[in-house]
Amino acid sequence: MEQLENFFHMGGYGFYVWLSYGITLIVLLLNYVMPRTREKKLVDRLNQISKMKGQGENES
Amino acid sequence: MWKWITKYASPMHFYLLANRLTPWFGWSAAVLFAVGLYGAFFYAPADYQQGESFRIIYIHVPSAWMSMFVYMVMAGAGAAGLIWKTKVSDAVARSCAPLGASFTFLALATGSLWGKPMWGTWWVWDARLTSELILLFLYLGYIALQSAIDDRRTAARAGAILALVGVVNIPIIHYSVIWWNTLHQGPTISKLDSPSIHIDMLIPLLVMALAFNLYFAAMVLIRARMEIVEQEKNSKWVQELIVDKVSV
Repeated sequence: MEQLENFFHMGGYGFYVWLSYGITLIVLLLNYVMPRTREKKLVDRLNQISKMKGQGENES
Repeated sequence: MWKWITKYASPMHFYLLANRLTPWFGWSAAVLFAVGLYGAFFYAPADYQQGESFRIIYIHVPSAWMSMFVYMVMAGAGAAGLIWKTKVSDAVARSCAPLGASFTFLALATGSLWGKPMWGTWWVWDARLTSELILLFLYLGYIALQSAIDDRRTAARAGAILALVGVVNIPIIHYSVIWWNTLHQGPTISKLDSPSIHIDMLIPLLVMALAFNLYFAAMVLIRARMEIVEQEKNSKWVQELIVDKVSV
């Protein structure tokens, strides 16, 4: 338990060390999540367009 | 070789290749991040002067290296786009910008969080910090330019020219700590003959640097393949591969 406390304390620099790592984690995750959501939206849109086209062709 | 290059310069083949490579880069990055972080916190000893605060080095230095490396990739891809007018290289250049901006931001933010306890200040206008800030503005300028110009070709060309002009900043960042002696410490790693860092501290740093590189490779491919689908959305192969999901 004390060991864990010491680990998070980082010799008094805990705030700086953990904030650095926290910011890095958030930025690296966002750089993955954001393009993936954009990609999904793009594919959904393409699917929708193709469906609408398909319906149009069937009617005519 | 040339045949291979021209093959993967075609958007469809690049898309397929990117799809196949992304998980390899992504998972090997994840593994190396785990190994590197273990090394950074449990293997590397505390610094005799800076204590535990020096552990910020394991994200600060790789981010700073990546901020410059990604810029060179962006400028290189931009130049290739200018010369050979390949759509793939434009997509790669475009995809580099947000990643490069992120790495630059991380280098500045973690540097600031390291500077506060060590130097006693969040920020100083010294050459290294200022030139790195200029790099951030170059990336942001590139992104703004891309979103300001609707025509993709024109945007790619304008961006490539901006990126190439900005290359002049890269050696300035690299040599700034040698040319101007200020608060930022001098190079410790790049003196390859005798790096002034202990080997137990160096190994996790190199692992983290490799992890950052692989992470970048995976993320730039994810972005580039999306750019390509967007560019080619009316073509037959996008329809077949992505909408109808025909396997090749």
